[in-house]
Amino acid sequence: MGRYLVRRLLQFIPVFFGATLLIFVMVWAIPGDPIAALAGDRVLPEQVLQEIRDQYHLDDPLLVQYGKYMGDVFRGDFGEDFRGRPVTDLMKQRLPITIRLALMAFAFELVIGVLAGILAGVRKGGFMDNLVLISTLVVIAIPIFVLGFLAQLVLGVRLGWFPVSGIQQGLRSYVLPAMVLGSVSLAYIARLTRTSLVENLRADYVRTATAKGLPRRRVVGIHTLRNSMIPVVTFLAIDLGALMGGAIITETIFNIPGIGRAVFEGVQRQEGTVVVGIVTFLVLVYLIANLLVDVLYAVLDPRIRYE
Amino acid sequence: MSDLEHIAERRLGGDPGSDLAELEPAAGREGSLYADAWRQLRRRPIFVISGLLILLLITMALFPSLFTRVDPRSCDLADSLLRPSREHWFGTDVQGCDYYARTIYGARVSISIGILVTVSSTLIAVVFGSIAGFYGGATDTIIARITDIWFAIPTILGGIVILRSIFSERGLLQVSLVLIVLGWPTMLRLVRSSVMSAKEMDYVDAARALGVGDFRIIRRHILPNAIAPVIVYATITVGVIISAEAALSFLGVGLQLPAISWGLMISVAQNRILTAPHLLLFPGLFLSVTVFSFILMGDALRDALDPRLR
Repeated sequence: MGRYLVRRLLQFIPVFFGATLLIFVMVWAIPGDPIAALAGDRVLPEQVLQEIRDQYHLDDPLLVQYGKYMGDVFRGDFGEDFRGRPVTDLMKQRLPITIRLALMAFAFELVIGVLAGILAGVRKGGFMDNLVLISTLVVIAIPIFVLGFLAQLVLGVRLGWFPVSGIQQGLRSYVLPAMVLGSVSLAYIARLTRTSLVENLRADYVRTATAKGLPRRRVVGIHTLRNSMIPVVTFLAIDLGALMGGAIITETIFNIPGIGRAVFEGVQRQEGTVVVGIVTFLVLVYLIANLLVDVLYAVLDPRIRYE
Repeated sequence: MSDLEHIAERRLGGDPGSDLAELEPAAGREGSLYADAWRQLRRRPIFVISGLLILLLITMALFPSLFTRVDPRSCDLADSLLRPSREHWFGTDVQGCDYYARTIYGARVSISIGILVTVSSTLIAVVFGSIAGFYGGATDTIIARITDIWFAIPTILGGIVILRSIFSERGLLQVSLVLIVLGWPTMLRLVRSSVMSAKEMDYVDAARALGVGDFRIIRRHILPNAIAPVIVYATITVGVIISAEAALSFLGVGLQLPAISWGLMISVAQNRILTAPHLLLFPGLFLSVTVFSFILMGDALRDALDPRLR
């Protein structure tokens, strides 16, 4: 386990710095005037220009720029918006809302997704199996913003089951957006659980368990399911990236003042520094979450450690 | 195989490639896998339906004037926001443009970006993926590590940052470029692992013993046996990319007006979903059907090309 951890960490370091360097280079070092591009159509006052140049150390050589920038990031400084407010302030205010939304989406996709996967997997080729396969395919195919507007229009406006937008009604207002946000991953989780369950049900230990007279409930629920959950756990890490992209869209549609909505507003207001700051932060979260899940994967599945 | 690859392949619902070569008959009956697959596919309703839909969409992208004689850019403000009627099948938008014509013309952007991005990133992936998978060693390490770094940037997040920062004018080419840049790593991992398992086959050793050169071995012996999962994944990717383009345009970092694109149409429609839901419905429907067709096609191809499922 120790050796595996060390190896994983060593692999993580170049990926971490490589990915952040890529983003940094693409934002600040491509020929042209990055600040003009960040400001979009408007003309920035000289003072703001200079502040941005200082903030991102644009007068230094590239690698020094990047080094200083990463130093800032590690100290929790993600830059300022055009009015001089630190992006960190914005994130502190917005992040709890997004975390609440994401947790609900996670819970939703895990519970329903795994359940649907089990129902489909225990009887491969049966009615439930086909139903789950087809409906998940439909959910995967409908882009999240189309699905979001549809849900808002039908469940929110026409049927009035859920609040249409905003977060005025407490947790209730999060239900619909969380369902939309979790829907695509739900479909993947259902399919993943199904495939993995079908595969494991053919394993020898399942035959042994059945042969020694265990009831089917126990064979599937305890023996098989436990092993089938491993790929689902690792999927959750990859899913986080999609979830963050999805949060930007979902929060925009449902007018939820989370961190994703802040990215969208940054794009709309053409405040490039806000967009870059938040997205850099999200990519960091994504990278670290992936590392953690890698470790978790090794804990759950000993075969990975001895690879 | 690293666990990420493991998952990436799992997401495709199988373990593409690993056993494919084993089960395929050796040289002499070249292409028999594809002949078999074709015979099987023709009988599958899913394949036929998605195939026809894709053909229809491609025709729509190439010759939109076959479907409508109305110019999507000649608009009459007096006709603003009409509901669907006999004259305007899909109603009209704020500027009074015929929405049916605009929806039809929107296919061009989606289909072009989907295909352009998929073909380009597949080419990159096949070239570098086979080099990495075939030679192994230091070459492989370098290519694999660079891929890891690019793979670590999530598509939508990366797309927002890059498109936002680099381009102030964003057209089809700029958006495609960014999606290619963010899209090739997944594909490369697939090609690499597929090539790695194909090169272990005895016929590769046999070819080498006969003195066949590396390039010819890769082209004649390895790729034909390793490409099936890549074809499946590429088909699905077309749908995924179309969806990503629409999402980026929707967020305001993709294509810009006056371009005609489904994502843009939905973005413009979002403030009027209560008063004019048709503005959202039609581009949303076309977009979903397009993505659905490609994903369905990928599913059908996988069933046919993965002999273990037969």
